[in-house]
Amino acid sequence: MNNFQYVRAADLSGAAQFASSRDGVSFIAGGTNLVDLMKYSVVHPTALVDLNRLSLHEITDRPEGGVRIGALVTNSNLAYHPVISARYPMLSRAILAGASPQLRNKATTGGNLLQRTRCVYFYDPAVPCNKREPGTGCPAKEGANRILAILGTSVQCIATHPSDMCVAMAALSAIVQVTGPSGDRSVPLADFHRLPGEHPEIDTVLSKGEIITAVDLPATGFAGNSAYVKVRDRQSYAFALISVAAGLEIVDGFITHAGVALGGVAHKPWRSAELEQRLLVGKPANRNTWHDFQTALLDGAQGFGENDFKLKLAPVTLVRALEQAAHEGETI
Amino acid sequence: MNTHLIGTDVNRIDGPAKVSGAAKYAGEFFAPDMLYAYVVSASVTHGEIKSINIDKAMKVPGAVKVFTHKNRPHLPWFDRTYLDEDAPIDGSPLRPLYDARVHHNGQPIALAVAETFEAARYMATLVSIEYKALTHQTDMAIAIHEAEKVKKTNRAGIEAPPKLRGNSAEAYAAAAIKLDKEYHSPTEFHNPMELFTTTVVYNSDETLTIYDKTQSVSNSQLYVTNIFGYSKDEVRVESPFVGGAFGSALRPQHQLFLATLAAKVLKRSVRLTLTRDQMFTLCHRPETLQEIRLGADTDGTLQAIHTETFQVTSRYENYFEVIANWSGLSYRCDNVTMEESTVAMDTVTPGDMRAPGAAQGVWAIETAMDELAVATGRDPIELRLQNYADKDQNHDKKYSSKELKECYRQGAELFDWTRRKSKPRSNRRGSTLIGHGMAGGVWESPQMPAAAKASLSPDGTLTVASGTSDIGTGTYTAMAILAGETLGLPLDRIIVKLGDTELPVAPLEGGSWTISSVGTAVTEACKAVSKKVLKLAAGLDNSPLKGASLKEVEFSEERILLRSDRSRFVSLQAALAAGDGKPIVEKAKSGPSLLKQHGYKSFTHSAVFAEVEVDEDFGTVSVCRIVSAIAGGRIINHEAARSQIIGGIVWGIGMALQEEAVTDHQLGRIMNHNFAEYHTPVNADVHDIEVIFVPEVDDIVNPIGAKGLGEIGLVGVAAAIGNAIYNATGVRVRKLPITLDKLI
Amino acid sequence: MINEAAVERHSALAVETRLTVNGHAHTLYIEPWTSLLDLLRENLRLTGSKKGCDHGQCGACTVLLDGVRVNSCLCLAVMHDGAEVTTIEGLGGETHLSPMQQAFVDHDGYQCGYCTPGQICSAVGMLREGHVKTEADIREQLSGNLCRCGAYPNIVAAVKHVMTAAAAGEGGAQ
Repeated sequence: MNNFQYVRAADLSGAAQFASSRDGVSFIAGGTNLVDLMKYSVVHPTALVDLNRLSLHEITDRPEGGVRIGALVTNSNLAYHPVISARYPMLSRAILAGASPQLRNKATTGGNLLQRTRCVYFYDPAVPCNKREPGTGCPAKEGANRILAILGTSVQCIATHPSDMCVAMAALSAIVQVTGPSGDRSVPLADFHRLPGEHPEIDTVLSKGEIITAVDLPATGFAGNSAYVKVRDRQSYAFALISVAAGLEIVDGFITHAGVALGGVAHKPWRSAELEQRLLVGKPANRNTWHDFQTALLDGAQGFGENDFKLKLAPVTLVRALEQAAHEGETI
Repeated sequence: MNTHLIGTDVNRIDGPAKVSGAAKYAGEFFAPDMLYAYVVSASVTHGEIKSINIDKAMKVPGAVKVFTHKNRPHLPWFDRTYLDEDAPIDGSPLRPLYDARVHHNGQPIALAVAETFEAARYMATLVSIEYKALTHQTDMAIAIHEAEKVKKTNRAGIEAPPKLRGNSAEAYAAAAIKLDKEYHSPTEFHNPMELFTTTVVYNSDETLTIYDKTQSVSNSQLYVTNIFGYSKDEVRVESPFVGGAFGSALRPQHQLFLATLAAKVLKRSVRLTLTRDQMFTLCHRPETLQEIRLGADTDGTLQAIHTETFQVTSRYENYFEVIANWSGLSYRCDNVTMEESTVAMDTVTPGDMRAPGAAQGVWAIETAMDELAVATGRDPIELRLQNYADKDQNHDKKYSSKELKECYRQGAELFDWTRRKSKPRSNRRGSTLIGHGMAGGVWESPQMPAAAKASLSPDGTLTVASGTSDIGTGTYTAMAILAGETLGLPLDRIIVKLGDTELPVAPLEGGSWTISSVGTAVTEACKAVSKKVLKLAAGLDNSPLKGASLKEVEFSEERILLRSDRSRFVSLQAALAAGDGKPIVEKAKSGPSLLKQHGYKSFTHSAVFAEVEVDEDFGTVSVCRIVSAIAGGRIINHEAARSQIIGGIVWGIGMALQEEAVTDHQLGRIMNHNFAEYHTPVNADVHDIEVIFVPEVDDIVNPIGAKGLGEIGLVGVAAAIGNAIYNATGVRVRKLPITLDKLI
Repeated sequence: MINEAAVERHSALAVETRLTVNGHAHTLYIEPWTSLLDLLRENLRLTGSKKGCDHGQCGACTVLLDGVRVNSCLCLAVMHDGAEVTTIEGLGGETHLSPMQQAFVDHDGYQCGYCTPGQICSAVGMLREGHVKTEADIREQLSGNLCRCGAYPNIVAAVKHVMTAAAAGEGGAQ
């Protein structure tokens, strides 16, 4: 870990100003991923701006019926918050399926959105990685890619986004609230993370100095029919090989509204609102529907050797999650 | 010997220190003006360092020195100087910082030293190195065809495969049932929770006190004195507590070398702690390929066993562990061939890891036996009973004891084996397939020469001491129990000292031989003390013990009683009061009794039963229940013994389902070098575990009749789980670990 | 033994930080790249908190930060100005063990002992969080604490014992 300057931010604008006016500044909140990366010498910030004293710790109701989650709300406080567990149960489940209690007690909502990939090449400064050092290459494509992507990959990068929380938020159509040197803006979660393309070093659409202030959840939380299914290599404390957040609204056996996102398959939570509209909404909540939907959603998926099994695992996980969501509360 | 403590549940005497943070491990001793060091590791697999630039690193505030092969002090050239007690005979131990050569990825090539840990850590990232990379090979699948394979190599204390018996080729050709399979096990890492650490205290008289993470303080001392030219008087090594080791701390690891080098040159105390990712550049369980052919009659009677094993070693040392022998040992068979070869690759030298060789060898033969049960339609236990070995055919010797049949019986009963459905995939609940499987386990129980000291103070406090380490196995407590039994003392009157070169020399703490070896020495030392105490007691005026021999008295509850009339006794206090006011000190050396053990071999045995649930869609496996029945001789501390077996079972779960170091062969580098990606079991992976110790009396194995339990808990577990997975799914996985991708 | 002089740094980047550790108040000048774990172990010489991975992957460094269990290896010490830290040494000493520590001794909830302080701090934090009811809950909620010796079943037994005793104690008080 390099030496760096440490600054405690007193207000948002000052923090944004500080970060946008010089190079190599990182914001820090929970630090569970950033400190980890600094210790591995993967990132080398010149200064850290500590956001923890800002007033972004609240979960509040929104006038339109949704909920605003302050960026500094910890993963634990979010998952166990009575409003979240009652109205957005798939979000609670997703968060509690990730990391460990100790990490969830520190990790924040904003920080979780900015988690970096767990690709072992990215994490190891001794080897090439286009995401860590653009232009050095991607040994993962022919190497240890068990946990890596099958969708939305590029020649430069096959990294996956490791978050569980983000998968549920994607399915919930969350909106990320951002402030920065050029003012405030709202970014749908679906657009917040990028695909690697030609610039795998850039994970999100945030620009220099921008700070996440909150995540808004819409009123629809799929409290009646939702599921979060995570498949991993051990029974706890492991990143997802495949995860699925599925929320359905079902009336008389037919789907009226749906939100379904996949984790562990791409550089971002994988969701297609268009396919949901076309292949889920208006369709009966049964296995045929799930089959048609998963086939379309996973169209174009490609394995790289070690992760070929995900091509088999992703469809069955999707089907399991949809089936669980559809039958939530029933005794099967 | 009394039995009021032996075999009961005794809380560890070092427990309060461990749960309060008072127990001090190697990295937890301090010295004035101590420096911190941090290792720089090679990022190529084979090659030479062309240049190494330390200028930037030396600009970090607090920087003291960067050691490299260019500026190191004089070091012995002769590679024999670097040998340690556990080193392979063939080859040359790695000489850190000796020259520009890189033998394996992650090799230590520089050492940053600074006033603080943080500065040393930063410095290490600023050392820039240019390499001349040479071609490398880390892929066993390729190396096995092109590398030099060495057969029948030797290693101190490790035997080469025994001679073949009968004619396995002919018998196999003639057999009605033939099985011919390949079994592959991956590279695994010990990963003790404690990072490898050495704190070298540079004393004012220029001697060293070294706190090392080691399974043998005397081995560390030998290594340091040989290389750095110290006498034994000048180097004291201590390891009062060791945060797990599992074999990884048998040989000195490079942090010992580097910390000592830095302290000697800089004339200051130095602490060096390796990182978790650097722990993946140390010794490990070698990758193996095992080809097994079984020939049998239609009823499963074995007619031929042919085992050919290949294990990876480094190019600079021909490390070797016993893998094939277990197949010829485990079952009665008159036509057996066992061959072992090493395959040299560009990797760090492997090392003993909990049940070395048996973990892999028994996994393969016990999986093959399950396949034979399927092929012959026999119940797996019946098949094993049919081929039960009443003697050790490998050595043509009798077993000193072998209560394996009782393990099968008691284990099967507790597990309720009869409810198993022999047809695969016939037990399901929704998408969950349920399976039951079993396997046997075996490990050797040798006795090694050992020494111990016992000192009984006039106030009746006993101190027993031996150089051995307690790596978590419960040695402190077991020694206290044995001493307490011998001298009739409660545990709170006994102090146990371990892990210090000032104490009597003990063998390496490994091989499950500590209780057998050090336990015997401690008992002998205490017996010698008891003789003196008896003399004092018998010498008292009107002593009821006058003329009594040691055999005629009993030491119990701080009294010496006449066996023939227990109402007649002398209190320990009274006996000691008759002494000269000085402690009674006795040393004992013990070793195997050749007379008694001639014609016998000693082993621990187990029968392991597993119940698994497999998600049919996901291939995820949950090991819901394990029953392990152990024949391990006399149990000294039932509580710690049970914990040892549980620990072995948890290792077995990891071995079966999770553990695998993944190498990128293009780079020659292990890539999952951390706890996030190299999985070991977490609490949620471990469900019901039940342990049975079947009664096993053995007065040949050693005088105390205990066999050692450090390894047997693991052996056979992976096979039992794999066999249960087959029973659940109908899928036979012959390549560990059984990850979900192999089941969907 | 606390050696505050050793903690004082002269780097221009050091930041004044007030920490209360096991009830003792400290005002320290800490360089921002010092983790809470390294501060505790190397500077305050509270070596009960262990370093097993230094990356939040093993839980050996678990302490209670303002009563909440966290991985101290991933905490930069300067970020916790004003915080109260409780380490294993603060829960109970060798001769006056807290109920959780005593339960670990009684159930042999360890072997080598290296992960143990983290397990105990984690278990204490877990019970305070109040989300566990069943044995399966305990296993899941303690999965952030690796034990390579494999003492998990005994750890669960120890925690269950404390939970049961606490429930009985509360019942008695009511």
